[in-house]
Amino acid sequence: MNNFKVLLNGIIKENPTFVLLLGMCPTLGTTSSALNGMSMGLATMAVLIVSNLLISLIKKLIPDAVRIPSYIVVIASLVTVLQMCIKAYAPDIDKSLGLFIPLIVVNCIILGRAESFAAKNGPIASIFDGIGIGLGFTLGLTCLGAVRELLGTGTIFGVTLWGESYGMLLFVLAPGAFLVLGYLIVLFNKLVKK
Amino acid sequence: MDYVLNLVLIIITAIFVNNVVLAQFLGICPFLGVSKKVDTASGMGMAVTAVLVVATIVTYLIQTYVLNAFGLEYLQTIAFILVIAALVQMIEIILKKTMPALYQALGVFLPLITTNCCILGVAILVIQKDYDLLEGIIYALSTGIGFLLAMVLFAGMREQLELTSVPKSFEGVPIALVTASLLAMAFMGFSGVDGGLKILFGI
Repeated sequence: MNNFKVLLNGIIKENPTFVLLLGMCPTLGTTSSALNGMSMGLATMAVLIVSNLLISLIKKLIPDAVRIPSYIVVIASLVTVLQMCIKAYAPDIDKSLGLFIPLIVVNCIILGRAESFAAKNGPIASIFDGIGIGLGFTLGLTCLGAVRELLGTGTIFGVTLWGESYGMLLFVLAPGAFLVLGYLIVLFNKLVKK
Repeated sequence: MDYVLNLVLIIITAIFVNNVVLAQFLGICPFLGVSKKVDTASGMGMAVTAVLVVATIVTYLIQTYVLNAFGLEYLQTIAFILVIAALVQMIEIILKKTMPALYQALGVFLPLITTNCCILGVAILVIQKDYDLLEGIIYALSTGIGFLLAMVLFAGMREQLELTSVPKSFEGVPIALVTASLLAMAFMGFSGVDGGLKILFGI
């Protein structure tokens, strides 16, 4: 499989949000607006690319029996670094994503890709896999956030579309997250799986 | 007296108002993954509750006596996830030796709990909210009960859903998500209860 195919595979065929249904907690919890969804997606992508690279480099050094704990330590260290960077350079994002930044550690996408891709492939392919899956996740989160923001407050990325008086708070709150994701998955299946 | 009322407030808020799954989106994976039958759903709920309480106690002690004491707060994420992973393994071994029947019932779910974000999430929230140890334990316990409640209600709805004919493209996860949305809407009815209780209790 060449690198371009690996990249495309992550965005469409194995899209983590719409097809694999992994990492549901941040998907639902941080997509109250398009911007929040996108920043969560990019944060996860950054961790995913570096963890894929590191794990594919050190896979031969790790004994098989303790590989999962070792992967978790690598991922947790990267998340800690990311958390400090976000706190220092983008305090607004830190405030809106809050608890979900440390929770990137337990995002099943990252451990899943480490186990199923990075542990079997070379570093270059692993980076492309990280970019592909990361872009797929970012795309999914941004779509979900954009739809919720549009239906809930009538804006997209903060730009007002339908006038100030519009508002359907339900879509910004918890029930809207489940509802919009359900319908987006149906739409994705209709469009892609034909 | 105020302290007791405060605990009551924490319990009601964690179970109904800020339900861990339906309002805070923690632990969605098991919520969608193992909620096809009421039995398995309640088993998972109880396992999570038990681990939550034990993990909160241990992580609280580590935060207070190791991380804070030596100025190592930045290691919180790494320390907590390792402790939780080790703890889950240990609980598994202890249960296997002492309570084989319970182990049989929970067996499959225990390893899954390590990557359940509500465990790490609650451990961090307890520290962020500046709870003392007792408040932390009560908070963890009621969060677990809230998780159990949501799981059992949702599993009941999904069991009924099996009997109906769903449009083909909605089969499986999409219809489950729409159902979860309705359940979350029902739980939205509790919003504001915590503020009312605060006034009632005079805290």
